[in-house]
Amino acid sequence: MAILPPENRLWWKEPLSGTEIVWIAVAFVWGLVMFGTMVSWHFVGKQNLSNEAYRIDPAVYAELTEAQAEKYKVRMEGNLDVPVSHPPPGSDVYMLGRLWEWWPVLELEKDQTYRLHLSSVDWQHGFSLQPQNINLQIHPGYDMVLTIKPDKAGEYAVVCNEFCGIGHHTMVGKIYVVDKK
Amino acid sequence: MAVDAQAPARGFYEAKFRTCPETGLKVCAQAEALIKANAVVAVVFLAVGGFFGLLVALTRWPAVHLLPADWFYLLLTAHGADVLLFWIIFFEMAVLYFASAILLNCRLAAPKFAWLGFILMLVGAIVANVAVLQGESSVMFTSYVPMQAAPHFYLGLILFAVGALIGCFVFFGTLVIAKEEGTYQGSIPLVTFGAVTAAIIAVFTIASGAIILIPTFLWSVGYISHIDPLMYKVVWWAMGHSSQQINVSAQVAIWYAIAAMLLGAKPLSEKVSRMAFLMYILFLQLASAHHLLVEPGISSEWKIFNTSYALYLAVLGSMIHGMSIPGAMEAAQRKRGLTNGAFEWLRKAPWGNPAFSGTVFSIGIFGFLGGISGVVMGTEQLNLIMHNTLYVPGHFHATVVGGTTLAFMAITYLLVPLIFRKEIMLKKVAQWQPYVFGIGIAGISLFMMGAGTLGVSRRHWDIGFSDAAMSFDYPAMAFAMMTMNGIAGVLATVGGLMFVIVIVLSVFFGKPRTPEAIAATPTLGAGGEVVAQAGSETHPKLPGTIILVAVFLVAFVLYYYVNWKYLSEIWPLS
Ligand code: HEM
Ligand SMILES: [Cu+2]
Ligand SMILES: [Cu+2]
Repeated sequence: MAILPPENRLWWKEPLSGTEIVWIAVAFVWGLVMFGTMVSWHFVGKQNLSNEAYRIDPAVYAELTEAQAEKYKVRMEGNLDVPVSHPPPGSDVYMLGRLWEWWPVLELEKDQTYRLHLSSVDWQHGFSLQPQNINLQIHPGYDMVLTIKPDKAGEYAVVCNEFCGIGHHTMVGKIYVVDKK
Repeated sequence: MAVDAQAPARGFYEAKFRTCPETGLKVCAQAEALIKANAVVAVVFLAVGGFFGLLVALTRWPAVHLLPADWFYLLLTAHGADVLLFWIIFFEMAVLYFASAILLNCRLAAPKFAWLGFILMLVGAIVANVAVLQGESSVMFTSYVPMQAAPHFYLGLILFAVGALIGCFVFFGTLVIAKEEGTYQGSIPLVTFGAVTAAIIAVFTIASGAIILIPTFLWSVGYISHIDPLMYKVVWWAMGHSSQQINVSAQVAIWYAIAAMLLGAKPLSEKVSRMAFLMYILFLQLASAHHLLVEPGISSEWKIFNTSYALYLAVLGSMIHGMSIPGAMEAAQRKRGLTNGAFEWLRKAPWGNPAFSGTVFSIGIFGFLGGISGVVMGTEQLNLIMHNTLYVPGHFHATVVGGTTLAFMAITYLLVPLIFRKEIMLKKVAQWQPYVFGIGIAGISLFMMGAGTLGVSRRHWDIGFSDAAMSFDYPAMAFAMMTMNGIAGVLATVGGLMFVIVIVLSVFFGKPRTPEAIAATPTLGAGGEVVAQAGSETHPKLPGTIILVAVFLVAFVLYYYVNWKYLSEIWPLS
């Protein structure tokens, strides 16, 4: 019994049952298959997280983002005081998280590639692109760069999904994906 | 009750023992008192923390939306800390003392230190609760920097951890004494071996905790100016992740213990089961990368290496236990003569005994809901479509509530007659409790996972975004999921309350176990000795268990690849 010392004092010499050996082998192979799937997705899959990231002073990051938003501003978002920035395809695009907004609003072209930079200027935030359901963790002091290629036009929301204080649930941003002009 | 004093061969105190009339074990009075104290305090934190969980679930039920935002975040912090840390770890202390002193017939090492540890834990837990309830520490139990809590929040956690560390050393000390004084023959029992696993991982956990919480405390009082948020998370999860592996080891040890006590089940193979525990020590606690899969600046190579080498070998350990425990039950039942078909052994099991039904639900919910979702979520790329959504709490309510909490509840039904020596009161309520709680918890796990699959954020007060400048409409299905989550949460709370009421009444007002009662309703299953004597090489064929693990494997593979399909539909990114 499992609550008593093993009756057979030489328990490590007991032979294994066939059922157990088969199950251990199957479970082990399944682990290898899952390992292989992860690795091969880096070669055949289209959705892999980049490993590109840089340390950056949050103040510098804020300046970069503001400069770009100013340069490529096409309009203001609704009646809000938030610019909508439409940077050229292929370029480096900046978005920042801060208490409690994602800034600025981005307008991207469908089937074009962008280098999207994400960082925070205060606490950690969670970049949760909906309804795509792409979720990334955003840190202050780290510039995360990913190459994205939006393949469906539409209006996307960026919800914050890392708790960031009392206004956390009001932190929503926007990304528009438009057909090529 | 025979009380005989034994002059200690070596040590500080004179140990008092009684002989347990049900198991024949020699029970050290100090160990018994500590088990009682830790278990009672644990249940208090479960009651308090579970109540906060209900308020949180009701707030996330869109039509109810109970709490205001600040209280929601405050009580969510308190809920996480009270149940995940305080309920579980106090109970684990009781398990450690039980698996060492009681199962090994030994006196407890240094009971004064054990009491000191207990008091430190209690003070720490109270201080942390006060800090949270004062409102300046609504940082969630993960307390990611640079968000800052009040200094006494960190201090409370540190005191608690030091107390737990002392408890682990008392446990190890007891093992040494038992060995030296020869209180058992041969090797330690498997259950004790599982507890050793838990305690070794606990020491690693607490060391990581010290490395991260002490600087954070100093930062909160102003002695350190900056803590890197990424570094914080890497070290924090060395603690946060491995602490969950303490729970897994403790809970698996309890599964073996209950199978043994109720059915006389003997592990199919001691060697395999012990090796599976060893895999937890070697691999599981190191596998913390799955919490960091979408952080900036962590390489894919490390993520893949860490999640697959470390995690899959540990998952292998759990899959071994997942076959070994039902297999041991089936073998025991078949030896009793329940040999018809594939499942007579299971149908005619003691389903009316909450310790048994609780164990079966614990294994089922942990494996099917918690285990599969955990591996899926811990896959490098798949984490992209799950990180920080409600999928995450969905997953861990299956592991840590459906699995660990339910296993702890199940063994409590045996500790009350054996250690508190009281009759279980409200037998009918007790009998149904695991069913109500199990269904409720399976419900909240599934509905939160469902909502997470639809993108709903965790730790979020208002998915309608009514106060937000910009807005977004989650699909109507997501709101329906949150409603059903609320309903399941109420059911789980009823189940939790049933447990607390039965246990509190039995412990404080229950009838003492008389020899007549013991003879009429023995705590240990009848006929266990005979079943348990048979050697493992002679165990019968196990068709039922083979079917169960095959179903599990098929569900696992299908669900795993369904999620790759979901992943392949999102924007290409690299
Ligand atoms: C009555 C039973 C329970 C109910 C109804 C319940 C419900 C919930 C809900 C709705 C959340 C919030 C999810 C979110 O908004 O992010 C939550 C969070 C959580 N629950 Fe529970 N829960 C219960 C019991 C437990 C138990 C027993 C444990 C641990 C053993 C537990 C551990 C946690 C943890 C660690 C969190 C995360 C807190 C955080 O995000 O910081 N829960 N629970
Ligand atoms: Cu936030
Ligand atoms: Cu983990």
